[in-house]
Amino acid sequence: MAVDDQTNGKPMIHPIPSGTRDVLPDETRELRAITDALRGVFERHGYGEVYTPALEYESVLANAGIDGMGPVHRVFDETGATLVLRSDMTVPIARLVATRYPDVVEPLRFCYFAHCYRGTRPQWSQPRELLQAGIELIGSPAPQGTAEALTLLCDALDATGLKDYRVGLGDASLFGTLMDRLEIAPGARAGLLETLAGRDFVELEQRLAGIGLSAEASALLLSVPQRRGGPEVLAAPPGPAADAVAGMRQVSELLDERVAERVIFDLGLVRSIGYYTGAVFEVYDPALGVPIGGGGRYDDLLANFGAARHAVGFALDIERLHIALAGEERGTGVVVARGE
Amino acid sequence: MMAMGSLDGLTIAVPRGALFGGTIELLTALGLDTAELRSNDRKLLFEDIGVITMRPSDVPTYVEDGAADLGITGKDVLLEREGVGERERGRRQIYELLDLGYGRCTMVFATADRVNDRGENPAAETLRRLGAMRVATKYPRIAARHLEETGRQGEIVEVKGSVELAPLTGLAEAIVDLTATGTTLRENGLVVREEIVECTARLIANPVAYKLKAAQIDQLLGRLREGLSTQRAS
Repeated sequence: MAVDDQTNGKPMIHPIPSGTRDVLPDETRELRAITDALRGVFERHGYGEVYTPALEYESVLANAGIDGMGPVHRVFDETGATLVLRSDMTVPIARLVATRYPDVVEPLRFCYFAHCYRGTRPQWSQPRELLQAGIELIGSPAPQGTAEALTLLCDALDATGLKDYRVGLGDASLFGTLMDRLEIAPGARAGLLETLAGRDFVELEQRLAGIGLSAEASALLLSVPQRRGGPEVLAAPPGPAADAVAGMRQVSELLDERVAERVIFDLGLVRSIGYYTGAVFEVYDPALGVPIGGGGRYDDLLANFGAARHAVGFALDIERLHIALAGEERGTGVVVARGE
Repeated sequence: MMAMGSLDGLTIAVPRGALFGGTIELLTALGLDTAELRSNDRKLLFEDIGVITMRPSDVPTYVEDGAADLGITGKDVLLEREGVGERERGRRQIYELLDLGYGRCTMVFATADRVNDRGENPAAETLRRLGAMRVATKYPRIAARHLEETGRQGEIVEVKGSVELAPLTGLAEAIVDLTATGTTLRENGLVVREEIVECTARLIANPVAYKLKAAQIDQLLGRLREGLSTQRAS
């Protein structure tokens, strides 16, 4: 070990940015086992692996037209152009498809294993750089494409050895459809959606009380996003919610039993990324308090890059998946076990 | 049916301090054996009834992580924890399920109880003459948000306790703090100038537990709602 007099015999500590980390061989071997298992499943189902640059032109990715979790790390190149570190792989792959496969009409299947870069909250141990594994299925509409992606998601998780996971299935357009049916005033909608995205049912109830709806409409808008569980959630949706869950029902009818039994139908599922248009999913495991991954349909995103195409995809956070696998192995995930 | 004496396998983070009494009452009404919880104030983990006790401001931390499925804490704690724009972008991780109604207090903006010959309180005078006021608080985010929303410039001075001391000693011209009765403010010669938000105890849930333990959580919610409406009716 390099030692010099100025450090009083202690090794030199050279810091790395908050939210980043070095990965040493023991961990790398375990991560590699996970990614190899996933890659095998993806390739077997015809999803070819792609690389895209970690750095992209800010102006090009801005075509996606999303707010929320967009890129936050910017640098200037030699010419003064602004480059960003990608914040996900879906937008770069949309760019790639529009540019390299402009005229292909058959479905395209891609998979990736890539680092993405996000902003963090100061002093919180959130990752700035995260390793994602995922797929994008381009040119396959709902419900078939959605069912294919969900099936692949379960096959991939099974291959890693994760046992107790469940997949939440919702619809990003559901609450909007419901508000249409109930003829909610345009001015009130943004506030309601914002409250829903904030997972705040207390404020949702207060806001609903403040916009002069019938008691039934209010009760419906408050109760529908809290409905989650087995197929019974879709079986008897109250009144106007029936239209809103039609898409979810079509997907569920296409799922094999082994996939269907993993699914939690969730009429209140919210995702933090803005480009989802239809079905959305999220992966949960009792060994971890945060979702392991998620995805959904983004049928409008490709059009923003000039190549209108149906699309669906998902991404798994490899480090979270690793923690969940380790947690299942130890049998943790409940406080009693942790306390012992 | 929920077994007597437990929360059906759910773990709940319970705040020590001002909300503890109301929370004990609530848990007792749910059929939990809270005798040990009442009598032993050094023990933190009550495994047999699924309760963990902690500082109110730590409750969201445990719930976000999933170390507890549910938690009870003040709206003030939740507001202070929330980052700018987080809610709109769906990045707030926890679910806020129910207003439990107890522990009602108000987040206020207060200054010394005097005005100058123009009728300005010390904060308003400082703002006019010096361009920015100093606001002492234990809630820097709520205070900063309040100044921003009311279009005033200010410097936030974060203190950990006895906020009332700041305007008396010249550390700040105003404070933002939580008050239930206003007695402490009055005793220190302070007066409420603006009410920012009403705060009560809230039930929060971990996002994964909310999905994976939906049946147990919904059953508990149903019982709590029932209890609350009986209270309101009586």
